[in-house]
Amino acid sequence: MTSKIGLKVASVVTALYSGVATAAYQLNFSRGATRLTEDIYDLHNLMMWIITVIFCAVFGVMFYSVYAHRKSVGHKAAQFHENTAVELAWTIVPFFILIAMAIPATKTLLEVRDASNPDVTVKVTGYQWKWGYDYIKGEGEGVAFLANLSTPHDQIYGSETKGEHYLLETDRHLVLPVGKKIRILATAADVIHAWFVPDLGVKQDAIPGFVRDTWFRAEREGIFRGQCAELCGKDHGFMPIVVEVVSAEKYTAWVAETKKAMAAAADDPDKKWVLADFKVRGEKVYGSICVTCHQANGQGIKGAFPALDGSKVVKGPKSGQIDVVLNGRPNTAMAAFGKQLSDTDIAAAITFTRNSWSNSTGEVVQPSEVKAARK
Amino acid sequence: MSAVIDSHGHAHDDHGGEDHGHPSGLMRWVSTTNHKDIGTLYLWFSFIMFLTGGVMALTIRAELWQPGIQIVQPEFFNQMTTYHGIIMVFGAIMPAFVGFANWQIPLMIGAPDMAFPRMNNWSFWLLPVAAILLVSSLAMGGAGVGWTMYAPLTTQAGPGMDLLIFAVHILGMSSIMGSINIVTTILNMRAPGMTLMKMPMFVWTWLITAYLLIAVMPVLAGAVTMTLTDRHFGTSFFNAAGGGDPVLYQHIFWFFGHPEVYIIAIPAFGVVSQVIPAFSRKPLFGYASMVYATSSIAILSFIVWAHHMYTTGMPVAGQLYFMYATMLIAVPTGVKVFNWVATMWKGSLSFETPMLFALGFLFLFTLGGFTGLVLSMTPVDVPLHDTYYVVAHFHYVMVAGALFSAMSGIYFWLPKWTGKMYDETLGKWHFWLSLIFFNVTFFVQHFLGLAGMPRRIPDYNPQFTEFNEISSIGAFGFGLSQLLFLYIVLKCIRSGEKAPQKPWDGADTLEWTHLPTPVPYHTFENPPTVK
Amino acid sequence: MSHAAPTHNYYLPQPAAYPIVGSTALLLMTVGAAMWFNGYAFGPWSVLAGAAIMVYMMALWFGKVISESEGGLYTDRVDLSYRWSMSWFIFSEVMFFAGFFGALFYARTLSVPDLSSIDNKLLWPDFAASWPTSGPYFTDPFTPMAAWGVPALNTCLLLTSGVTLTIAHWALKENKRGLLNFWLFATICLGVLFLGFQAFEYSHAYSELNLKLTTGIYGTTFYMLTGFHGFHVTVGTIMLICIWVRCLKGHFKPDHHFAFEGVAWYWHFVDVVWLMLFVVVYWL
Ligand code: HEA
Ligand code: HEA
Ligand code: HEC
Ligand code: CUA
Ligand SMILES: [Cu+2]
Repeated sequence: MTSKIGLKVASVVTALYSGVATAAYQLNFSRGATRLTEDIYDLHNLMMWIITVIFCAVFGVMFYSVYAHRKSVGHKAAQFHENTAVELAWTIVPFFILIAMAIPATKTLLEVRDASNPDVTVKVTGYQWKWGYDYIKGEGEGVAFLANLSTPHDQIYGSETKGEHYLLETDRHLVLPVGKKIRILATAADVIHAWFVPDLGVKQDAIPGFVRDTWFRAEREGIFRGQCAELCGKDHGFMPIVVEVVSAEKYTAWVAETKKAMAAAADDPDKKWVLADFKVRGEKVYGSICVTCHQANGQGIKGAFPALDGSKVVKGPKSGQIDVVLNGRPNTAMAAFGKQLSDTDIAAAITFTRNSWSNSTGEVVQPSEVKAARK
Repeated sequence: MSAVIDSHGHAHDDHGGEDHGHPSGLMRWVSTTNHKDIGTLYLWFSFIMFLTGGVMALTIRAELWQPGIQIVQPEFFNQMTTYHGIIMVFGAIMPAFVGFANWQIPLMIGAPDMAFPRMNNWSFWLLPVAAILLVSSLAMGGAGVGWTMYAPLTTQAGPGMDLLIFAVHILGMSSIMGSINIVTTILNMRAPGMTLMKMPMFVWTWLITAYLLIAVMPVLAGAVTMTLTDRHFGTSFFNAAGGGDPVLYQHIFWFFGHPEVYIIAIPAFGVVSQVIPAFSRKPLFGYASMVYATSSIAILSFIVWAHHMYTTGMPVAGQLYFMYATMLIAVPTGVKVFNWVATMWKGSLSFETPMLFALGFLFLFTLGGFTGLVLSMTPVDVPLHDTYYVVAHFHYVMVAGALFSAMSGIYFWLPKWTGKMYDETLGKWHFWLSLIFFNVTFFVQHFLGLAGMPRRIPDYNPQFTEFNEISSIGAFGFGLSQLLFLYIVLKCIRSGEKAPQKPWDGADTLEWTHLPTPVPYHTFENPPTVK
Repeated sequence: MSHAAPTHNYYLPQPAAYPIVGSTALLLMTVGAAMWFNGYAFGPWSVLAGAAIMVYMMALWFGKVISESEGGLYTDRVDLSYRWSMSWFIFSEVMFFAGFFGALFYARTLSVPDLSSIDNKLLWPDFAASWPTSGPYFTDPFTPMAAWGVPALNTCLLLTSGVTLTIAHWALKENKRGLLNFWLFATICLGVLFLGFQAFEYSHAYSELNLKLTTGIYGTTFYMLTGFHGFHVTVGTIMLICIWVRCLKGHFKPDHHFAFEGVAWYWHFVDVVWLMLFVVVYWL
């Protein structure tokens, strides 16, 4: 144990000395992938220099005094206790230092906030606990999908070894073109989240009921990872963001492909399903959406999320459950899933819950019933 | 009615028989109206809360020791973060300084007691109510909403949230009552000759703090009341569907919250302003400018709140304004730092435990202030907001700042309060262990923040493992060091050597110059005259 | 026991159990309320029990204070302490209302206009900002409260009550006890009348205007601001009744009557809050 700690301390010291920011011992901002992250990097360094100088000056004086004016070496105390000139000086000088800091900060800020003339606009919606993306303007308009955490449960809770992108990986990537100005319109469906990707220099709170914007222009291709940065409940630590920046050609190809896939996946809302097939479909929806709260065994989490196994609502009339899932329950974490999921997915999830665990209504809720229940 | 004010300043109606009518045993503490008893109650309460909040912090650090979910579930982790923050701020640090105020203000201004002794008792005895509410809140399923209790996450939370809200109401009542008492005592109970500009710096800082408390605690009460009605009565303060705005909550909260951080810091400044001159054997440098600087900090603290909200998307003009205003606070704070250093300059310094903690405060608080300045720059704050950099910043100013200052004050006044000396060697050990482990815990968190690790998460990507391990080791070391502190205090009370009237030759306020050690139960029944 | 002459003239009370009783009452009330809001049956009873204990405790505590005051224990120094403390207490109340007024200003000048901004069209395509509003989603129609009916009348009532209270105070200082009792009583009547009208106004709003607490941000700010004000008027009226009873019992001297003045300050404060409410909640 001690030797392990010793090793750790030694390695930190080495890292500090060599000043090499390895991935594990990164000591400063990363320079990021946009011009603004470079600016912020430089601004921060400038500040650190100024602060270090002041710090050394102030505490140089203090430690000199600690050393030279000790009672134990017989130093006698002087009795002065004010000096207007000195006091004025150390009020005014810091003021000017602050102005010197404020000027570059203002410049950078004005750039950071200039979201005008974007090439692509994406609406980003925070849900408990995943992100939804809608391309609403520019190339790719019309593409929309949800991105869920894709780290397996066993890596989080179990012994399975953790991958390199543990907790920072999603089933779908937000794909965007390199060198283009991307405007992000952030909003949320339930509580406040924040869309945070360090290497792109963006962090924007996603506030339910409001749309707030930010932007970035990635200067190089690559995959950039981030995560939700505003406490949003139980799985706040588990809603990562993965942005994949690709060349213009690749982006065009991706858009075409995604649109085709979306069209193919679109369900016929009037299709009639049979129980067996629909339960399989429902299990998938349940497993990706409902499971975080109501749990795989349908028991929920006591005190926070009700059990669906044996729930009166689930075993009761279909209309009641359709209403809960479509419109949610106000002032609770139970969101209005009507805004996130298709009729078919909702119907499938409901069918699954009504025929799983100890629930066995034997009923199939058809997509058309959900469609009819939508206002 | 035959009530007269006797020589002990007590009214005696008809219970002549009892010894001054004082109950003994538990009832002595429950019904006491003596500022010293109440001060002691506050200090012990705050220490218990500190241990409670500390155990929660250790739960957090233990879970963060390795990536993956090991010992607590995410929901519970969030609750630990929330209750740790609330308990440390409202339960540990604030009551600790109110304890100092109770003990010291009457002694330092030559008053026989606080202005309203019965209300003083109630200010204290509201705190256990709040503590019970907090515990039951956790038992009722808790509320993992962060100490900032942002809407609308709070709207979703379970019944634990309501108990949390009521706990905040009660804490607010306690603070307001306590502060009114303090302000009134300072303004109206000074000994003849004790003009405002002759008051010890500690008294000044409390006058200013109490003013801040009276101004902002009601605002917090309002904010949580709005949360309560949004939760249960269908109001739309923080609900966009009805024309409200979740960000409104943040504005109201931080209008309270920013002054709150100075409520924590300013009495700490006060303690240090007593300790440094005493051990430098030299008067406080720039007394008048200290008073003005502290007042400026208090006034400025009302107009900078939105620096906690740079990423909410407020208009750029707002961001610029809040950035400039926030930076301005560095000026008066700098004045204070420079004055302390100038007090030491050409003094005759000795380094007993109180002085060591005061120097630790000075050094590390300034470091925390500098990271605050980094955060005040909007473009730099955007990538740092809600990351561990912020956690590092505020633990530097609150733990190495306020907590170290409280430690310094305890060591400084313990002889006066108990009549006995603490063990100097152990005290020094306590200081050095605290200093080292504190930095091990929190210095590395700056790097985590810079690398992008968000706060309030129970699990993280393996790239952050090393620094988290270091931080967790530091936290356990720091926690254990505080047990040493408990031992030192108990040892001092039970078997410390007898302390002289004035163990610190540089100390010059009334409690040292006019009163025996230990301070008698009743003091200054005949007010001293201050030249 | 030697009843020596006071060496300093500040009255320090003996140990007292009122606070711990009050704390117990508060614990019962808060736990009860929390349970009540979450549908536990014992909640209301706990609140009731707590409130009863609280009222009982306050009666005892204030009774004690009154007897100390009448017993001549409160010297000028003590009197000054009460003055400082009452001023600071009122300051804290000012800040409490400031929070709610702040919410109203914020909604009117920032959040509501923002909800109909270009970007927010994405979420609320049909919302046009105007005041009063119940927000982009709650579209149940309602009629806002008009300023020039009952509210204007209430303004007159409260302003008049400020005048009658001042007359009563003048009478007290001139030691005209009959006038004092009469004008104080008149003040109380005006206060009660105000509350009656406000209750009427609320029921009118609920039954005829469809204006409810749940009517979006307008209903929210309207009821919360006027409601908290009404609560303060209620407390003020109770305080007035208390000092009126004391006046009838012959308490207070022309040169020593802080309780009276404290209540008067409080009443004027409530008055000023109303004026601001009238302007920004009802009128503009
Ligand atoms: C005791 C408590 C305390 C104190 C004193 C401070 C002091 C300061 N704080 Fe801190 N702060 C907190 C407690 C405190 N803070 C807490 C609890 C939070 C997080 C809340 C949460 O989200 O949970 C926070 C968060 C916080 C943020 C928001 C970060 C974020 O969430 O994104 C910001 C941003 O501006 C900030 C800034 C400052 C500044 C500029 C000061 C200044 O007062 C510092 C001034 C001091 C100095 C600058 C050093 C001494 C000066 C000199 C030696 C003079 C010369 C110097 C120069 C000219 C540079 N703080
Ligand atoms: C003044 C206030 C104060 C104080 C003193 C502390 C003290 C400590 N804090 Fe605290 N902290 C806050 C105020 C404070 N904190 C606030 C406001 C937040 C934000 C909350 C939020 O995000 O909502 C926060 C958040 C916070 C976090 C971030 C949590 C998260 O984002 O999820 C962490 C993580 O490391 C942390 C750690 C610690 C540690 C290790 C200590 C240590 O100093 C504690 C040391 C004390 C003890 C350990 C107790 C004494 C020892 C015993 C009882 C014996 C048992 C000990 C052993 C067996 C070793 N704190
Ligand atoms: C973010 C957490 C969360 C998610 C995800 C979630 N729920 Fe819920 N659900 C809740 C909560 C909380 C309640 C309890 C609401 C209340 O207190 O009235 C609830 C209640 C319900 C109920 C009513 C149960 C009862 O007995 O009252 C049903 C049915 C339900 N959810 C179905 C679903 C389905 C189907 C899904 C997936 C499509 C889902 N939920 C996803 C949190 C969630
Ligand atoms: Cu979403 Cu945190
Ligand atoms: Cu702040």
